This record gives sequence, structure tokens and C-alpha cells, in this order.
Amino acid sequence: MPAEVLGAKEKDDSRQTVSGLDELERVPVSDTRWGRFGSRLWAGTWPKVLALVLVIGAWQALFVSGWKDPWVLPSPLTVWEDLSSYMATPDYWQAIGITLQRAVTGFALSVAVGSALGIAVARFKPLRAAIGSLITGLQTMPSIIWFPLAILLFQISESTIMFVVVLGAVPSIANGIISGIDYVPPAWKRVGAVLGMRGLTLYRHVILPATLPSFVSGLKQGWAFAWRSLMAGELLVIVAGQGSIGALMQGAREFSDSARVLTWIITVLVIGILVDALFRAADNRIRESWGLNQDR
Amino acid sequence: MSPARTAPPHGTAERAADEAQGSGAVVLTDVVKRYGRGPGAVTALDGVSLSVRPGSFVCLLGASGCGKSTLLSLVAGLDDLTAGSITNVDRPVAMMFQESALFPWLTVTGNIEIALRVRGVGRAERRRKAAELLETVRLTGFAHKRPHELSGGMRQRVALARALAQDASVLLMDEPFGALDAMTRDLLHDELERIWRERELTVLFVTHNVREAVRLGDQVVLLSSRPGRVLNTYDVGLERPRRIDSAPVAELAAEITDALREEVARHAG
Ligand SMILES: Nc1ncnc2c1ncn2[C@@H]1O[C@H](COP(=O)(O)OP(=O)(O)OP(=O)(O)O)[C@@H](O)[C@H]1O
Ligand SMILES: [Mg+2]
Repeated sequence: MPAEVLGAKEKDDSRQTVSGLDELERVPVSDTRWGRFGSRLWAGTWPKVLALVLVIGAWQALFVSGWKDPWVLPSPLTVWEDLSSYMATPDYWQAIGITLQRAVTGFALSVAVGSALGIAVARFKPLRAAIGSLITGLQTMPSIIWFPLAILLFQISESTIMFVVVLGAVPSIANGIISGIDYVPPAWKRVGAVLGMRGLTLYRHVILPATLPSFVSGLKQGWAFAWRSLMAGELLVIVAGQGSIGALMQGAREFSDSARVLTWIITVLVIGILVDALFRAADNRIRESWGLNQDR
Repeated sequence: MSPARTAPPHGTAERAADEAQGSGAVVLTDVVKRYGRGPGAVTALDGVSLSVRPGSFVCLLGASGCGKSTLLSLVAGLDDLTAGSITNVDRPVAMMFQESALFPWLTVTGNIEIALRVRGVGRAERRRKAAELLETVRLTGFAHKRPHELSGGMRQRVALARALAQDASVLLMDEPFGALDAMTRDLLHDELERIWRERELTVLFVTHNVREAVRLGDQVVLLSSRPGRVLNTYDVGLERPRRIDSAPVAELAAEITDALREEVARHAG
């Protein structure tokens, strides 16, 4: 009773039943992405606006109370005026450019070193035994502790700053990869093995893609460390001719220009928030396309 | 790379396997698998011998924990045997797991194409074959969906397509439909039977659902629990196509269920 017993009609029936069932099982995807985006934006925005209003209100109250002289602690309005006029000058943007360039270079270097280190440590047992816990230990080190050594090694130069930025970011990035590799679901590795992958092929097609979420959270943390180290570095190591954020801020302090110092603080905060939003968006994208965000 | 894998110290078993090779697509001879060492060791399989004829559909049936998954891992070469030997005429074999284990970073086609890619199939050919396989499992419209956008039954069909993409003549299936509702499972039985016939596959299908085993198998192999051994082999002489709710299927299923109950009860005392 071979295949011919199944008549053409019967085959068609089965195909139809299958697709009928599929239709029923399909999750209807509402096409209101923009509407959803808008309401999500609003849901994320209003608490932030409220917090901002509260902080500025408290600052203004402190200013009005006369706790400090107005030239030491300027009012929000004074700082706002300084910020907006400063933003109209090229100095402001040039400083941000120099600082961001350092941040990006340092971070890129950290990603390269951290990834290579992470994969090596995850792959080779003796290496893990040797430096696995050292990496975690390095992560707890305040970056400022490296500066005396860095200055002795590289004097006052760009390399000094890079050295500290990279030391700050590498451990987090490496750890992101290591824990990602450690927690690759065994089922995926078994699928890879059944499909005939081993060694590098398995790494390339299964293990590394599987570590992506963990890698991105390592990147995010690594960025935070890099950014903090960079700010510390720029305040301590003023490289001649480089009007970076840190250098200009130290200059403002020397002239007792509190409004300018606060202007830079606000700028640094805003940059931090923007970059964090970037990482968050990347993280969300991955979670969404992997189906890890299905609570909504 | 010899197709025979033998636990090192057992030369006689190897010879037995070589003799049996002519008759089976997969031949297991006195297979023993122990996990761990010393007093804490678990003997999952203890002397399992089994020969699967080329082109046949063999169902492995047994209570939970009797070593069914272990046995498939051994045949697939995912794990090393403690003693005995396994001879596969065709290696590597294709395998489908209990959970679909699709890669979430790839689309449905991507998940199928990866199996082709590892085998060195070129890009255009990959695309063509993947489309063909999607047609085979009737998921043509879903090529660019992500796994999480599919239902459980659809995911298992993608996993089946991925296994078929390996183009191996032996397909191992570890409770592939265990988590599905009865309606979907019935349909997938029909689909699987069709694919098995069209592609002339040899299927080793693990389940703990007795009716499913009788519905699908040419043979049903009943395994005992702890340690796993072959208790009995039933030839299912029923005409195809079968229905899981037909009287002859129910009758044989009842007979096997009784044997299975007896085996499980043995462990109560
Ligand atoms: N990696 C392992 N280490 C130790 N023991 C294991 C391991 N894998 C399986 N076992 C043991 O071997 C025995 C058989 O396990 P196996 O998963 O093969 O059972 P199964 O028949 O597939 O069960 P189920 O029907 O629940 O899937 C069990 O007692 C289990 O505890
Ligand atoms: Mg199992």
C-alpha cells in the first residue's frame, strides 16, 4: 500500500488542514508600530520630565535660600544662559568632538582587546584558571588608581588617557563574552554538533551569535567604565593643545567660573544619557527579534 | 572516519556489529552507557541490541528516564558509549530534538540554510533547497519569520525541515511532537509519514506515547527502565495510512501499554 493510495484529493485536503491550522495559530500582529512607539515614548518621557522639573526646582530653592554666594552656586537660569550662548561657539563643539573621538577610539580598542581576551579565556581552560578571576577583580578597580602608573609610563599624553580608558572597559567587555559563552544553552550546541559543526565553525555559527545579548550588556557596561575613566583622565591629564571637555572644565575652575563648570557637567550628563539610550535601543532590538520581550 | 564506533575494550562486539551491518541501517550491539563513575554512577543503558532495517520506521518506547534520549545521542555520535558498538551505514545522521532548539538569531529560512551551509552548499543552491524544504513541511509563507513568531507545531516543522536539510538517510527523532496538542500532532503524523515515504528515510522515533508509536512504526521497540534494555519488539503489521484512533491501532496499543505498565510496576516493589 504505497504512496499512490493517498489520492491527489486527499493530499490536498491534508495541505489545507495544515495551513488552516497555521492560520489559527498565527498571532495577529497589529500594524500600529508607530502608535505603539508614540505611546511608549510618552510613557518613558513624562517621568523624566517630572524628575527634571523637581531637580531644577530644588536647585532654584537652594539658590534662593542663599546657602552659597551666587558666583559660587549660580542659579539654573544663569547656567542655562551660559550653556546656550556657549553652544553657539565652535569651542564648545570642538571640545565635545575631541572628547568623543577619544571615547570612541578607546572604546573600539577595548572592544577589540576585550572580545579577543573573552573568547580566549572562555575557550582555554588553563587561561581561565590563570586570569578568569583576575578579570573580575580588575572590574572592581577604580580607574583613577591607574593614573600615577600611566603617567610614569606614558608621561602626559594621549596614550596615558587611552591606557586608563582601555583598562577600565576591557574587563566588562571580556566578562560579557565569557558569561555569554558559558551560558549558551546546551541544546543549541547539540544541534550544532548534529549538523556537523565543530571547533571554529561551531563558534562562528552557534556560540558567538548565542552570546550576543550578553555581549551587548558587556558593551554597555564597558562603555560606562570607559566614559568615566575618560572623564577622570581628562581632568587629570591635560594634553597641551587639546581643548577637550575635561581640559576646558579645569580651565573654568581655575577662573572660578561655576556656571561654566555646571554647563560642562550638564553636557557630560546629556552625552551619557544619549549613549545609554543607544545601547538600550540595540539591546531592545535584539530582545525583540529573539522573542525575549514577549511579556507585552 | 570509520562509520563504526566502538567502545575501546570490546572486540567481540565490534565483530558482531560488522556481521550485522549488512542487514541494518543502524545496528546497536550490546550498547552500555554509564554516566559518572564509582558508586554514584547511573547505568542508563545496559546491553541494548537493536537492528534498524534500511527504510523502516522504528519507534522506541519506554517510561520516562529509561534512556531513550541517551540512546539517540549515542547513535548521533553526540556522546561516547561505555561499551558495545554502534554501526551506522550512513553518517552523519540527522536528528530532531524534543524542544525545537531553533536559533533565535536566524529567520526560518536561515535556520534551514545553516544546515546546508555547514555542508558546503552554495548560496543560490541553499536558497532553492530551503524553499523546497519549506514547501515539504508546508511553511512556504513563513520563510522570513523569526522562530518566536511561530506556534509550537510550526517550530517543530521548521526543526524537521532543518533535519531534512542534512540530507541523511537516517533520521533520529526525540519525542518531537511531545509538547503538541492532539490535533496538531495527528496532522504532523500524516506529514511525517508522507515525508518518510517520499524520501525513503530510515526513522528512529522516540516517544512515550504508545498510540503514537503504533500509529507510526513498522516496529515498536519497548525498553525497560533503569537499566534500559530491550524488553520486546512488536511488528506493527497494520496497513497504512493508519489513524491513531482506529480500532486496530488501539488494540495493539493496549497490548503494549499492558506490557509497559507491568514493567513500570516492577519498579514499585
Ligand atoms: N548527562 C547525564 N549525566 C548523568 N546522568 C544522566 C545524564 N543524562 C541522562 N542521565 C540519566 O540517564 C537516564 C536516562 O536518561 P534519558 O534522558 O536518556 O531518559 P529518557 O528515556 O529520554 O527520558 P524522558 O522520556 O524523560 O526524556 C536517566 O536516569 C538520567 O537521569
Ligand atoms: Mg528524553
